[in-house]
Amino acid sequence: MAGWFTTGQPPALLGTRCASCGTYFFPREESLCRNPDCRGRQLDEVELSRRGRIWSYTDNRYQPPPPYVSADPFVPYGIAAVELADERMVVLGQLEPGVDAADVRVGQEVELVVAPLYEDDDHEYLVWKWKVLASAASRPSGEEREAQP
Amino acid sequence: MTGEVAVLGVGMHPWGKWGRNFVEYGVVAAEAALDDAGVGWRDIQYVAGADTIRNGYPGFIAGSTFAQALGWSGTRVGSCYAACASGAHAVNMARAQILAGFCDVALVVGADTTPKGFFAPVGGERRDDPDWLRFHLLGATNPTYFALYARRRMEVYGATPADFARVKVKNSRHGLANPNARYRKEVTVDEVLASPIVADPLHLLEICATSDGAAAMVLSSMEYARRHGPSQPVRVAAVSTVTPTFPNAVIEMPNFATDSGAVTAPAERTFRDSIAAAAYEEAGIGPEDLDVAEVYDLSTALELDWYENIGLCKEGEAERLLNDGDTTLGGRIPVNPSGGLACFGEAIPAQAIAQVCELTWQLRGEATGRQVDGAGVGLSINQGLFGHGSSVIVKR
Repeated sequence: MAGWFTTGQPPALLGTRCASCGTYFFPREESLCRNPDCRGRQLDEVELSRRGRIWSYTDNRYQPPPPYVSADPFVPYGIAAVELADERMVVLGQLEPGVDAADVRVGQEVELVVAPLYEDDDHEYLVWKWKVLASAASRPSGEEREAQP
Repeated sequence: MTGEVAVLGVGMHPWGKWGRNFVEYGVVAAEAALDDAGVGWRDIQYVAGADTIRNGYPGFIAGSTFAQALGWSGTRVGSCYAACASGAHAVNMARAQILAGFCDVALVVGADTTPKGFFAPVGGERRDDPDWLRFHLLGATNPTYFALYARRRMEVYGATPADFARVKVKNSRHGLANPNARYRKEVTVDEVLASPIVADPLHLLEICATSDGAAAMVLSSMEYARRHGPSQPVRVAAVSTVTPTFPNAVIEMPNFATDSGAVTAPAERTFRDSIAAAAYEEAGIGPEDLDVAEVYDLSTALELDWYENIGLCKEGEAERLLNDGDTTLGGRIPVNPSGGLACFGEAIPAQAIAQVCELTWQLRGEATGRQVDGAGVGLSINQGLFGHGSSVIVKR
């Protein structure tokens, strides 16, 4: 999915930011600022904060229909809604593989990673996922944040 | 009050998994509503169809599809799609035609035939459609969004899986005597919690199924009702079809993210709160005036969210309201006496109309086996994908 995230070290989600009012958009808004009080038409690409805190989470235990490409046999996966403090937005993503919903808590800090979505004969397709950092209880609040781009 | 229209008749095709064409169900419901109203099909001056997007071209032009199936009569038609809110938006289209004086009597119809299993996006590879992309990139099914809200209730308000299960227990009892309900079987908390988890913390028995079904209403001007209808018809006092206010700070199906609040602070009311607030304002009443409510229980936990969104209690108090029996038949403010989506499953374009059909039967005292004593004011509420709110208030 070109334009949705970078795959460098470290990777980041790619959004856009209105040059007039500063509002962030993810997925990227290319040409129209959606702030009702702004008529901005220039939206610049911006890397979003790489870390955030879990607003809520779940998992999916039943094989979804296409266009999700399921492994065979189907492997359940976690999904987290993550609050990004500077952008003041919540972004969904799968939890990295092997992380169970039972291992996660609201408020826990997560970091963006890039991981396989599925593969076919020719390619491995990548997507962003959230990697759980140390448990919320064991980390002080207000720890160092990633610098804003 | 000048803004009111009369509900002359209501009708439904029972919910189920019948596997037939949605048009058949729609015609059955329409004819039931016409008979209930005592109005002939040729007398209908406007047909508002609520669209279905999984049944080909006829589904996208539901107004003319049903008009043709009932027999071309020259009536004017309109069709609308507002996802799960389509039915209420169709009610609003018919109401607007009547209140504007363009017609006196109108028919509203919504019907659906649904596939088995999870709702999937419409077919084809559509990389510019968020509904397609959320399945492809995240595997974010509808129940995963419901589960995010459910987990949030547990974290913020201390709700428990047993609280959620008790919503299903209540609704399963309410629907037992409803001839249009698909599931008419009482379930226990233990049975709910023993059913497989679909999306943690929600179990299979807590997530509404997809159903076939149809619902229809005949609406008219108050003047037409005086000439043709009952002396004291049920009246539509408000229809709210508001959209969110930027920035919408709650993650919603089928989105990947909320709006950003970095520049503009979120409004005091959430989108779901604002849907009911607009309906109350239009009807000139408040939550304390309600006798009965039909809320969109796509999941058990979501029913509890609605209690707060429509002002039955403060935030965080919905579990207490449920557990005290306030929302059970016989309680202070019964919610989903029909059995709700728990007993119906969802037939998307018909569902919001079905909610108002139930309120109409309640207000007429005709809801056999599930009657809310002396119900005089009812509210329905639901939310559809892509910013479609809907709430209807009816009065007797």
